[in-house]
Amino acid sequence: MSEANPETAWIAAALAAARPRAMAALLRSFRDLDVAEEAFQDAILRALRTWPRNGPPRDPAAWLILVGRNAALDGKRRSAREAPLPPEEDLSDLDDREATLADGIDATAYRDDILRLLFICCHPDLPATQQVALALRIVSGLSIARIARAFLVSEAAMEQRITRAKGRIARSAVPYETPGAVERAGRLSAVSAMIYLVFNAGYSAGTGSERVELCDEAIRLGRLLLRLFGTDPEVMGLLGLMLLQHARTPARFDQNDEIVLLDDQDRALWSRPLIAEGLALVDKAMRHRAPGPYQVQAAIAALHARAASPEATDWAEIDALYAVLERLQPSPVVSLNRAVALGKVRGPEEALGLVESLSGALGGYFYFHGLRGAFLMQLGRRAEAREAMNRAIALASTAAEAGHIRMQLDRLTREADALPSR
Amino acid sequence: MLYAILCYKDEDVVTAWSREEDAAVMARLGVVHERLQSKGQLGPSLRLLPTTAATTLRKASEPPLVIDGPFAETKEQLLGFYVVDVADLDEALGIARDLAAANPGGAYELRPVLLYNPDPRLEPRVAAG
Repeated sequence: MSEANPETAWIAAALAAARPRAMAALLRSFRDLDVAEEAFQDAILRALRTWPRNGPPRDPAAWLILVGRNAALDGKRRSAREAPLPPEEDLSDLDDREATLADGIDATAYRDDILRLLFICCHPDLPATQQVALALRIVSGLSIARIARAFLVSEAAMEQRITRAKGRIARSAVPYETPGAVERAGRLSAVSAMIYLVFNAGYSAGTGSERVELCDEAIRLGRLLLRLFGTDPEVMGLLGLMLLQHARTPARFDQNDEIVLLDDQDRALWSRPLIAEGLALVDKAMRHRAPGPYQVQAAIAALHARAASPEATDWAEIDALYAVLERLQPSPVVSLNRAVALGKVRGPEEALGLVESLSGALGGYFYFHGLRGAFLMQLGRRAEAREAMNRAIALASTAAEAGHIRMQLDRLTREADALPSR
Repeated sequence: MLYAILCYKDEDVVTAWSREEDAAVMARLGVVHERLQSKGQLGPSLRLLPTTAATTLRKASEPPLVIDGPFAETKEQLLGFYVVDVADLDEALGIARDLAAANPGGAYELRPVLLYNPDPRLEPRVAAG
């Protein structure tokens, strides 16, 4: 979609914008992902033929739904050798009344339609990597080649992964009736988690362009979800969190693709528009006085975003927010993150104590050993620090992660040369 | 006279733009902005964040009601505006046509400005020293 020609770019953007709603409605009509996808592809082909000639329809999504439905039904008829395809012209100037009718039918249900479309991508039987791949394919419409590149696997392997995921969904019962309030809340939280998975897949990816692309997609999905559930503070928190974290992307890696720590980042590179939007969402969410994990994480990200320099960071408040997060969502990883704040507020001794209490749960985690090494280094326990960092390198999952620890190790070695060992 | 040019467009389409697409549109608009600026015709102009970041205070009730989201759920949303200094409606329409060629889709609403309080921060400052 990097087409910059204004003559055709509007069609690409209109199709991308209409995709979730059209796919969701077609899925409800046909109750089969493959049939819905094929119908949507058919509708796109017809749009590409007729929109440049006739201009955009009043409601592109409604147009695509109607044309997609007709195309799929024609396909059935054709295979039954009943009626020929209607002439192209009949499809190109759909009667306005028809379009309005299609719109009216879907407007009442389309919120739940889109939620369902997102929800089937986070079926509990699907491993996280399949959920993310499926959402990018089905909802965002990314090509298999692009998704494969983002996950550093071959196209054939990605194709197989997505086919397997679809098969699993086809075998399980997808609920098509309108969900009740409790069911809807459950779906919303599963979908939020899946969108954050997409974001994290991008955030932790090893190379530049794919990283940005997946994060952008996740943010797009977050905006879509918030437009559907405009008063849900956790959805505001999720979108705010992603925007505030993504704002730092231009500063997170140096020219050699090495990780740059928060304290060392050039804050002038942070994206101001993303920060402005993220902060506005955090403010909006707080007004509801119904804190949740995404809101608290967004509030932590907001404190970093508001700090003009690392020294200006309100670490005491960040420590307090991590304590809230520990209560809302107890997890050793949350406690490990809290150790960073604790280290700033109360010093490395206390922080190291907290880190070491987590060794049972996090002994196989790259970041655990990296952080432990950093605190040991601050305390001047160099031999132990070196050992911890070597373990971190062995557990690192990307070259950038390993490179970052190696850099700290080098510093340690240089210092060891200059100072007597302890 | 002053006209506000209110920019309405389907926000779903704008947020579906790729970075390259967004940059290309802004670059094309930039050419128009520069021409207006060089003629001293461009007043304040704003691009608004998405409506998901909006909050609305409905003041028909007492106390007013604060709700999440934009004032009206519409197919096309107010995404920004310009204030331009022009001789007449024709000239304002000419500017809107140039902007439209740079950024097709949606609509511009041209509204004459009744009251204009210039921002004192934007007044040219006396050069110090």
